[in-house]
Amino acid sequence: MSEKSYMGSHLREYGMIMALVAIVFFFTVIVRASIDVDFLSAQNITNLFLQNSYVIIMALGMLLVIVAGHIDLSVGSVVGFTGAVAAVLTVNLGWPVLAVIPACLIVGGLIGAAQGYWVAYWKIPSFIVTLAGMLVFRGLTLWLLNGQNIGPFPRSFQSLSTGFLPDLFGDADQALLGLDRLNGTALLIVVAVALVVVLLGLRKRGQDAAFGISPEPAAVFWIRNAIVCGALVFVGYKLAIFRGLPNVVMVLAVLTVIYAFFTEKTTSGRRIYALGGNEKAAKLSGIKTERLVFFCFVNMGVLAALAGMIVAARLNSSTPKAGAGFELDVIAAVFIGGASMAGGSGKIIGVVVGALIMGVMNNGMSILGIGIDYQQVIKGLVLLAAVIFDVYNKNK
Amino acid sequence: MTTLLEMRGISKLFPGVRALDQVNLTVKAGEIHAICGENGAGKSTLMKVLSGVYPHGSYEGEIIYDGAPLAMKSITDSEARGIIIIHQELALVPLLSIAENLFLGNEVAKAGVINWPLAFQKTTELLKKVGLNEAPTSIVGKLGVGKQQLIEIAKALAKDVRLLILDEPTAALQENDSQKLLDLMLELKAQGVTQIIISHKLNEIGRVADRTTIIRDGTTVSTLNRDEITEDRIIRDMVGRDMAHRYPARTPNPGEILLEVKDWNVYHPDQKDRQMIRNAGFTVRKGEIVGIAGLMGAGRTELAMSLFGHSYGRGITGSVSMGGKPVDTSTVTKAVDAGLAYVTEDRKALGLVLDEPILRNISLANLAGIALRGVLNPRREAQVAEDYRRAMNIRTPNVQQKVVNLSGGNQQKVVLSKWLFTDPQVLILDEPTRGIDVGAKFEIYNIMNQLAADGRGILMISSEMPELLGMCDRIYVMNEGRIVGELSRAEASQERIMAMILNSAGKAA
Repeated sequence: MSEKSYMGSHLREYGMIMALVAIVFFFTVIVRASIDVDFLSAQNITNLFLQNSYVIIMALGMLLVIVAGHIDLSVGSVVGFTGAVAAVLTVNLGWPVLAVIPACLIVGGLIGAAQGYWVAYWKIPSFIVTLAGMLVFRGLTLWLLNGQNIGPFPRSFQSLSTGFLPDLFGDADQALLGLDRLNGTALLIVVAVALVVVLLGLRKRGQDAAFGISPEPAAVFWIRNAIVCGALVFVGYKLAIFRGLPNVVMVLAVLTVIYAFFTEKTTSGRRIYALGGNEKAAKLSGIKTERLVFFCFVNMGVLAALAGMIVAARLNSSTPKAGAGFELDVIAAVFIGGASMAGGSGKIIGVVVGALIMGVMNNGMSILGIGIDYQQVIKGLVLLAAVIFDVYNKNK
Repeated sequence: MTTLLEMRGISKLFPGVRALDQVNLTVKAGEIHAICGENGAGKSTLMKVLSGVYPHGSYEGEIIYDGAPLAMKSITDSEARGIIIIHQELALVPLLSIAENLFLGNEVAKAGVINWPLAFQKTTELLKKVGLNEAPTSIVGKLGVGKQQLIEIAKALAKDVRLLILDEPTAALQENDSQKLLDLMLELKAQGVTQIIISHKLNEIGRVADRTTIIRDGTTVSTLNRDEITEDRIIRDMVGRDMAHRYPARTPNPGEILLEVKDWNVYHPDQKDRQMIRNAGFTVRKGEIVGIAGLMGAGRTELAMSLFGHSYGRGITGSVSMGGKPVDTSTVTKAVDAGLAYVTEDRKALGLVLDEPILRNISLANLAGIALRGVLNPRREAQVAEDYRRAMNIRTPNVQQKVVNLSGGNQQKVVLSKWLFTDPQVLILDEPTRGIDVGAKFEIYNIMNQLAADGRGILMISSEMPELLGMCDRIYVMNEGRIVGELSRAEASQERIMAMILNSAGKAA
């Protein structure tokens, strides 16, 4: 297969990465030209991750829900509610942080179970169940917080969001190597990750060839990996010269790997795709479709709770409005990432790139001082364009 | 009597199939004319030509109606001339009331505003005509199938019907509802409505039909007057084709009993009083190919799916044993573990995940077979798929192809591969050659023979009688949810099967 025809049949995957690179490039130039600020400064890259971590985390779970053929509109309210629970437990009741985190995750899981039960076993449309959940948990957030903000959180809780991975090498080594203020641990981790990405890619190429699948042309493979690794090392370097790797980035990276593994390499992950692709055929093949749908919602609840704690930690207080509208960003990220509304398709890596596209646009437009009005319009149009691109590609 | 309708030399081509070949049909004004024929003989196609579903120009031949040639573009055209068809699947909106349904698309309205009092009044009159005692505001979905059938007829009457076509109107009805419907047909005849009824049921034809036309393989075989109608004559005309198909030879070598089902009873999933399967019992031996014959709606698929993980119906009772030991087949997983596999008649809707590649479809029912502690082994998955691709001769460049891109025959081989990978002892094949070309059919027959030779048992459901006769060691005949007979290979013939079906019709307890 020639490079051109290969790119044509995988347009979506490459298109996503190219779009992200193009958007970053666009903002870098525009921000520099209009207000003379470095869009890719260490501080801004750190901010970008801190601001958008919640979208990526929840998009991982939302992908499973959408692949299974459902939707969860309640996640924004669950973010608010679990943040409020965290605040009440920590600030009002004085629970230790190490007890609060699992407690909140359990609360999230229970919320997911309560909604998933009706969707999976009673076949009530998920749109309705989670719309109800959206209202219920927003209301419960208000009730729990008594309409007020609760804060501040202890430092250890805040570090969920604003903490950084400590540098294991210390200052002496850095001085020795002549690297001033460079966080060696951060750089090392990122370089290691880049190497692993290339090695795994090579392994998959070998496997594809062994199965008689025409593999990605070598040129495309190396260019793609050069871009991905270059971006990784660049971001890693920028983070390293600022304050190191934020905890949130570590959580994100680990979760992304886990979910990519789950969706692509495990029997349960595979079954969710089959169920989204053709529920009746999956059922007649012995797949317990109800149980899987239920699991997808429980999982979504747990991730929404994690996001809720991160949001609360970042704001250093729980507010009744926390998480409002998040569900739309999350769902948009999943669809920009290439998932199908009908279920059965979509990839974790696509969703992460989709969420990053949303995040970069949010961040870039805010720096440029574009009003929230225009921001919404632009985000809406990008979502529509991404899906039209998908449909056009499919029909071509 | 004058002639109301004459269809001359009607031919209709579908891609690759000649569904109708020079069919002639003459219907006299005021008569009830029955049309008889096997599944797939072309009865429904002919009626679709007549009712404008297939517009003028998409078929050859001419239709003379009421003395003038007819060239209809759509159903609307045919309805305007008083030709109204009531399909086997009722076309009512279940959530709307009787009155709303009767005048759907034909509302009693001025400038788009419905005159409800007038509509209700007309509804009451029409319901009286069909002998239905229901309020015009009753919701259609809450009425039984029998009453719904009467509402369909009332709907036809609302449109000033001159020629009413009923496509197997009693197929879904209980005995007393069927009788009511036949009475109504005779009453409408007395009022001068000409009717065409498609039916397999000899007792019905004998009761209402003035003349009967028999269609076989898309051509008219004969038109019989009332006094010429006999069971033998109809059966002979219906099935009297020569065995044109070829079936691969095999020497049957049945072993001990593998699958035994006793006293199997199943009720309809939505209408809980409607019994779909009555006291069915059968056996399948090792190395044996057993057929189930029957007309559409006989309950064959319902029997198979209810056996396989209770995938159809409710209130299921009866016993299943495999190799002499009782087994539980109440979920698909349990049925598969017991050694059963069910290859569906509707492979696109129930058998395949169309947008996924061949290898993922093949592994779907046995993911444990390509995984270690829940983690998939892609190398093993590809190997398994590749092995089946070779063994089954699935024609595809590679196993990464999406199954949606395959032909019907190759899709069927993928479904078969999926179930063979679960290593079943007994395979239930539901219409395994439906919608696939002759060459692929022969390949499927060969695969079936090979499976039987390997010592598996095969239960084959088919609506094509020659296929059953050519492939099976034994044939069970089903009708109206019951197994009404069993024939050995030597005893079986199309005439005997059809006689068993026709004789049992309407005799349900």
